[in-house]
Amino acid sequence: MQETNQKFISVRNLIKKFEGRIVLDNINFDIRQGEIFVIVGGSGSGKSTLLRTMTGAIKPDQGEVYYNGKDIHSLNEEEMDKFRKRFGMSFQNSALLDFLTVEENVSLPIYEHTRLDAKLIGIIAQMKLKLVGLHGFENFQVSQLSGGMRKRVGLARAIAMDPEIVFYDEPTAGLDPVVCAVVDQLILDLTKKLNLTSVVVTHNMESVFRIADRIAMLYKGKMLQVGTKDEIKNSKDPIIQQFIKGEIEGPIHLNEDVIKDSM
Amino acid sequence: MINFLENIGQSLKDWITVFVDITKLFFETVYWAVFGIFHHKPVNFKTVFEQMVYMGVQSVMIVFFVTFFTGVVIAMQLAPQFQKMGAVFYVSSMVSIAICRELGPVLTALVIAGRIGAAITAEVGSMKVNEQIEALETMGINPVRYLAVPKFLALLVMLPCLTVLGDASGMFGGYVVGTTSLHINPGMYIQTTFKFLSLKDIYTGVSKPFVFAAIISMVGIYQGFKTRGGAVGVGKATTTSVVTSFIFIIIADCVLTGIYFFVKF
Repeated sequence: MQETNQKFISVRNLIKKFEGRIVLDNINFDIRQGEIFVIVGGSGSGKSTLLRTMTGAIKPDQGEVYYNGKDIHSLNEEEMDKFRKRFGMSFQNSALLDFLTVEENVSLPIYEHTRLDAKLIGIIAQMKLKLVGLHGFENFQVSQLSGGMRKRVGLARAIAMDPEIVFYDEPTAGLDPVVCAVVDQLILDLTKKLNLTSVVVTHNMESVFRIADRIAMLYKGKMLQVGTKDEIKNSKDPIIQQFIKGEIEGPIHLNEDVIKDSM
Repeated sequence: MINFLENIGQSLKDWITVFVDITKLFFETVYWAVFGIFHHKPVNFKTVFEQMVYMGVQSVMIVFFVTFFTGVVIAMQLAPQFQKMGAVFYVSSMVSIAICRELGPVLTALVIAGRIGAAITAEVGSMKVNEQIEALETMGINPVRYLAVPKFLALLVMLPCLTVLGDASGMFGGYVVGTTSLHINPGMYIQTTFKFLSLKDIYTGVSKPFVFAAIISMVGIYQGFKTRGGAVGVGKATTTSVVTSFIFIIIADCVLTGIYFFVKF
């Protein structure tokens, strides 16, 4: 553990506004190489915006996102394309292309970024599908799959290019508890087996305490606390306590000025 | 009054913005279609052919029906005028000129804008609201190259083909009316058709669909990329796409006809 990079990903002084409303307010944190870092927060807390700022999909108004000391928002288009091959992303709605089969979806990034033989690409795609437990579903259409299976195909696609980092946007949203547990286990397994760094955005607290190495709590665009599971569980902050326990009474009011995630 | 002028100014500004954005998208699409191979990203011809079947082959019947009945209607509308002058056999030349120069290309383009332009926007728009476009970008796949190029190329090939078919079926519509209810000798009908139909009528008519194809595919994809707000957003974008295509097709038709009218080839 001593050799792990303590500042593999560093977010510094990040500010993002949408139409004058502050969505991310001076965010600072570091992610260590090989850990599962979970960003939690209620709907509209700015966590999806934070994730998209970290993937380079949204440019911040101020601040930097460093990967191994390099700010991704200062990269040009060509460098950004190279960087994109180093990470994979699993989307909330899976975002699989529905005119392609399961195998074609997984092999798409390999097909687009390498000049490997089609047969070899097929074998790689099958291996990735096996990793997520979907061996035998290669020729299925996306519309034939259940929600949980789609998430897993999305995961297989995210790891298709052997990335260093995988981002998960609400990996367990809309899934039943058993499938949730399966997806959580998959995130744990993949992170350890493939030596990935995982950044997960979710508000499913059960899932958070199952998978997280460290947790960051976001509330109204501000980072309240970053810490281990125990640190967050024992936090003195009443907002964090209300959120993790899911209580109605407390400092969080639903009708308050909720900032809508615009993406 | 000031409000009224402001509204006009605003909508004019919006239309110019749309036009500039679509032009940019067009150049980006052409760039990837031509130079993609130098970036080791050649055009995926399998997808192009699939799109050609969907856009072209499966549109044959609707194009045939629309232009055939237009030919029938023109022949029936013109016949009484020519009958008064005792020159009813000229119906054939008038039908062929009207169809080949104007109605064939424009009607085919409008039908295809309704059928294919709407489908392109609905497809790309659904992909946008379901994060599929963002997924492509995250994977480092340019959505313009991956989605727009095959659709653009397929329509660029198929719309002129459909227009030629539309021209033929429109003239056939006139022929059916001419030879049956107007009792024109079939041989004479065909002879008069080609006597007055010049080569310029054909190539001016067949050159237009290349421009119309670019308009339909680019407007369709542009509106798809701009879609926001779930199923309602997709519906709105599809409507806007068809309306925008119709307006741009009519304007382009007017400009092209003007060029052919004033410039001697």
